[in-house]
Amino acid sequence: MTYTFGLDTFGDRNGDADGKPLSHAQTIRNVVAEGVFAEQAGVDFFGIGEHHTEYFPMPAGDVVLAAIAARTGKIRLGSAVTVLSSDDPVRVFQRYSTLNAISGGRAEVILGRGSSIESFPLFGYDLADYEELFEEKATLFAELLKGGPVTWDGKTRAPLLNQDVVPHTESGPFPAWIGVGGNPQSVVRAARLGFSLMLAIIGGSPARFAAFSQLFQRALDKFGRPPLPVGVHSPGHVAATDEQAKAEFWPRWRDIIALVAPERGFAIPTEESFDWETGPHGALYVGSPETVAGKIATNLRALGATRFDLKYGLPGLTHDQLMTNIELYGHQVIPRVRELLS
Amino acid sequence: MAEPSRLAVLGAGHVGPVIARLAVKAGYPVAIATSGDPDDIALITELVIPGAQPRWASDAVADADIVVLAIPLHRFADVDPGLLSGRLVVDAMNYWPASDGVLEAFEDGGSSEIVARRLSGSAVVKALNHIGYHELEARARPAGAPDRRAAGVAGDDPAAVAAVAGLVDRIGYDPVRLGNLRAGRVLQPGGPVFGAVLALPEFERAAGQDTRSLA
Repeated sequence: MTYTFGLDTFGDRNGDADGKPLSHAQTIRNVVAEGVFAEQAGVDFFGIGEHHTEYFPMPAGDVVLAAIAARTGKIRLGSAVTVLSSDDPVRVFQRYSTLNAISGGRAEVILGRGSSIESFPLFGYDLADYEELFEEKATLFAELLKGGPVTWDGKTRAPLLNQDVVPHTESGPFPAWIGVGGNPQSVVRAARLGFSLMLAIIGGSPARFAAFSQLFQRALDKFGRPPLPVGVHSPGHVAATDEQAKAEFWPRWRDIIALVAPERGFAIPTEESFDWETGPHGALYVGSPETVAGKIATNLRALGATRFDLKYGLPGLTHDQLMTNIELYGHQVIPRVRELLS
Repeated sequence: MAEPSRLAVLGAGHVGPVIARLAVKAGYPVAIATSGDPDDIALITELVIPGAQPRWASDAVADADIVVLAIPLHRFADVDPGLLSGRLVVDAMNYWPASDGVLEAFEDGGSSEIVARRLSGSAVVKALNHIGYHELEARARPAGAPDRRAAGVAGDDPAAVAAVAGLVDRIGYDPVRLGNLRAGRVLQPGGPVFGAVLALPEFERAAGQDTRSLA
């Protein structure tokens, strides 16, 4: 079994050593440095999630990925996620196909909503239309990925008639995933359209997603498609010890969740809920390399998944703390997970 | 209760399957339905809600003692009130404009009161809407467990509220009867217990304070 391990960021605005926020521009330059360092540390994938907020100033992750591509040679680069519903599938394909060209075939894309909704009013979309927007645009994106002229007609963008969309890829479609939270119908849709499945598990017990993994493979079979990989995306933070990782992560986690809770429907974390989430049955990977590696291995096995992306960083954590996280993840966590799964 | 009530869960998205699974586990006969063909959710039901029956919505409702509405609120306008007439309906939906967009019909007042006005032939009870779908199963505990949590039940029909309180109890939460649907506003997004998974005393304290402020 081949496992791949990634790091995802939302461009979480860095703090300095005194807790003062760095500029958006400096945070973005730091993300470039983190992506380059991730390759040096032996990480397989680096993903950037689209956000449009003061604390996640990352609306154009593909531009940042292009800068990382120019300074790396091996690491795969992609979105995590692209908010496809409020974007144009043709433009998304063009941007990631261009990234694929720049990087010599290292591009990927993960499509979804995340829990990110700020792009809807920003670009003039109605959240109530979310389902129709995503269904249509994901269907079109699957057509675009095949290469060759596209003919398409729908309600959410202008029709395409035998349209050649450039740049062409050199060796077929680049990997494309759909990020799924808790909706089994989204799992079936990913299978129907031929996307790989990225399970976004940001709270509660990861074990409850095992049925989704089985559902995905059975649905692929039903639609006459070959098996496709299942991945897991979850937040976390690695430091030298469990205590240090929790001490660095907890106040930032509490603050950011409290900030976004009203619009995203998260419960405000308490120390009790944080202990549960960082414990063996929760969704957060916060701790020493050994603790985090053990939890990743357990959950990949339980979910039949072959890919794990750690969403690292939080608003207010320092660039140095993130670099240490990346170093420990690459040099210690990943080799240890591979060992545990072999 | 000698014979367990039969449940129809309408909605197979984030919330419906979780409630259906809890009900199956508690021993209820459960049917699950969407607005479409049950064949479309046969695989989902087999793997994600084993023990439940995928059915057409009209068939599921016709045989049900309790109907759980677990669809996105913006799809509620598509539901035929006649289908639910004479039924006990659990409203597990939420009006949550920041997350789901603005719905003019729900801008003013409690969402379940507005639902109940449209379903005038049904006994509407607000419940199972305020604990996140990602936590609802993990936090469920049998009666008497020391770490059991509470869940609110609100409605204008006392017999319906009692029946739903029984359901909530059997799937794993201490039911807290809040009085009428208006009092159930404390369970809505922005209310004091929405998103929180509280033990009974904390729940009563949080909900009670807000009930008084509404009076």
